[in-house]
Amino acid sequence: MNYRRLFLIGIPYVWLLALFLVPFIIVLKISLSDIALSIPPYTPTLDLAEGWAGIKDFFSKLDFDNFLFLKSDPLYWKAYVSSLQIAILSTTMTLLVGYPIAYGMARAPEEWRATLMMLVILPFWTSFLIRVYSWMGILGKEGFFNSALIWLGFIDEPLTILNTNTAVYIGIVYTYLPFMILPIYAALEKLDISLLEAAEDLGCTRTSAFWLVTLPLSRPGIVAGCFLVFIPVIGEFVIPSLLGGSNTLMIGKVLFEEFSSNRDWPVASAVAVLLLLIVVVPIVLFQRSQERQAEAQK
Amino acid sequence: MAQPSKTPVVFAPWEDETQKPIIQFKNVTKRFGNFTAIDNLSLDIFEREFFALLGPSGCGKTTIMRMLAGFETATEGTILLGGKDISPVPPNKRPVNMMFQSYALFPHLSVWDNIAFGLRRSSMPKDEIGARVDEMLRLTRMEKFAKRKPHQISGGQRQRVALARSLAKAPKLLLLDEPLGALDKKLRHDTQFELMDIQEKTGTTFVIVTHDQEEAMTVASRVAVMDHGKLIQVATPAAIYETPNSVYVADFIGEVNLIEGNAKKAGGDKYEVSWAEGQAALRGSCPREIADGTRVTYAIRPEKVAISADKPKDAANAIQGTVHDIAYLGNISTYHVMLPTGQVIKAQESNTRRLANRHFTWEDKVWLSFTDTAGVILTE
Repeated sequence: MNYRRLFLIGIPYVWLLALFLVPFIIVLKISLSDIALSIPPYTPTLDLAEGWAGIKDFFSKLDFDNFLFLKSDPLYWKAYVSSLQIAILSTTMTLLVGYPIAYGMARAPEEWRATLMMLVILPFWTSFLIRVYSWMGILGKEGFFNSALIWLGFIDEPLTILNTNTAVYIGIVYTYLPFMILPIYAALEKLDISLLEAAEDLGCTRTSAFWLVTLPLSRPGIVAGCFLVFIPVIGEFVIPSLLGGSNTLMIGKVLFEEFSSNRDWPVASAVAVLLLLIVVVPIVLFQRSQERQAEAQK
Repeated sequence: MAQPSKTPVVFAPWEDETQKPIIQFKNVTKRFGNFTAIDNLSLDIFEREFFALLGPSGCGKTTIMRMLAGFETATEGTILLGGKDISPVPPNKRPVNMMFQSYALFPHLSVWDNIAFGLRRSSMPKDEIGARVDEMLRLTRMEKFAKRKPHQISGGQRQRVALARSLAKAPKLLLLDEPLGALDKKLRHDTQFELMDIQEKTGTTFVIVTHDQEEAMTVASRVAVMDHGKLIQVATPAAIYETPNSVYVADFIGEVNLIEGNAKKAGGDKYEVSWAEGQAALRGSCPREIADGTRVTYAIRPEKVAISADKPKDAANAIQGTVHDIAYLGNISTYHVMLPTGQVIKAQESNTRRLANRHFTWEDKVWLSFTDTAGVILTE
């Protein structure tokens, strides 16, 4: 009996250990190492052949130099701050675009909802990379968007959108929209229409019923959607590097450049460890709010 | 009829021609697409009434309620509240509040805030709101639970909060949509009396929708029996039970034995109904004039049928049969007596004796008897 239970719990634990904790320890170790012209490109490496002395030697060579370096160079903290800014702003924009869509879906006739849901999920059937590349085609100087505006006579000169932060925001809102819509839709769909009727019956206008009843009751969906967008956007790399310009500063991009262009694995690892620490805070908050909500529903 | 009298008058404003109804339905029809939910309905409801709309699901009773609350508009006809047409008034401007079947309590607000919700939307000053909410909490005996959220209280308590919330704004008219449907039987009975108490205390006009005839009979001053969007009969509970105007009403309210036959005049309002070959005609009364030979239904309630071993001497109606089935309900027993014609008549007896001393058992030959005023003759 108990063995079976242990076995059941054991499987996910082993999974997490092998695929999360072990890689994290490796990255943490590299972040404490020094750059070296060798394979792998860092030192020290653990040599068990030398026994106890080797292990002692290995640990004595680990230090926090890379983290101190990150502190000394303003590029890195600027990248962190800018990533947070972009994440907060784009999460807000995704919420503003996603909420009305989710609301519309939840209020649509029952027989339409499955189709609407399909339409929201449909983009996932195509590769994420291809979809971001096609935005390059849309937003470029000769792209559809500029051609359409010129053809309609709104502008004479094409607008510079691609390779700016605007393009990054467009890309993020577009890509992460389903993650915002789905939890909000789930919350709104559960909402009992008679609650809104009760609010109206008690003297609310349609608008005040929305602010006093619909919005507070969809809050769990909003919170879930915001975290689902915010957390991955902080470390986003593909969108800023394809749609952003040279002055788009995001930590994912910096990390990639350290790792591949500079071939500085230890600094890249230090950036990654710090990024993880930054992301852990909202993840813990999210977990907490989920728990509280589960408790409230009991 | 409207003369002032010193003896306490029975509450019956519908019989008083000087009284103005608070609600008037005038030839109201409501259609949803091809479906006619309410069919050319006219109805007056008076102030301080506890009015019950009774009928099977889909008969249109909820639609009437939703039209009063303002969630539906009549396709044809007018609805007057206090003499004014209410069709252009949106739900949030009507002096009408509704208690929802699902209670519709706001799950994110405490009991206190739920009750205060409507008051806060009005122009009432803050301290008065507090006093009013506390008053409502006292009225529904929910003072102790003011800080709880709806999911932290029981179903019966939720029902009381919903009632308190809908009464808080002191509406002219309170609508109750199956208010006790979610409660278990015992709690429902207690709450019925509580509802009547609260209605009397506040003097509010109540309109209740229910499919439970017992509930309608208990609480209401008048009952409207509905079917297919039409009112079949509107009368006091006693009148509905004792003098139903149609087979539908007789059958819908309580248990009834229905015997079909041909009517023949027997002097006064008495008629004889010959219902089977070789059986004595049944004597009963009907206030309306019936032509000889009309096909009628003789309706008699089981509790008005006496059961005996020997033929009673001076009974107006007596039929012999055999006991086919006995339904023992504790306080009463219902005997299903099979007549020679194959028809089964139900007769109810109080169990004044212990079960072991019961007079009759299965397959016994028995006589059923009833007076000539006990049964009603129905033409519809």
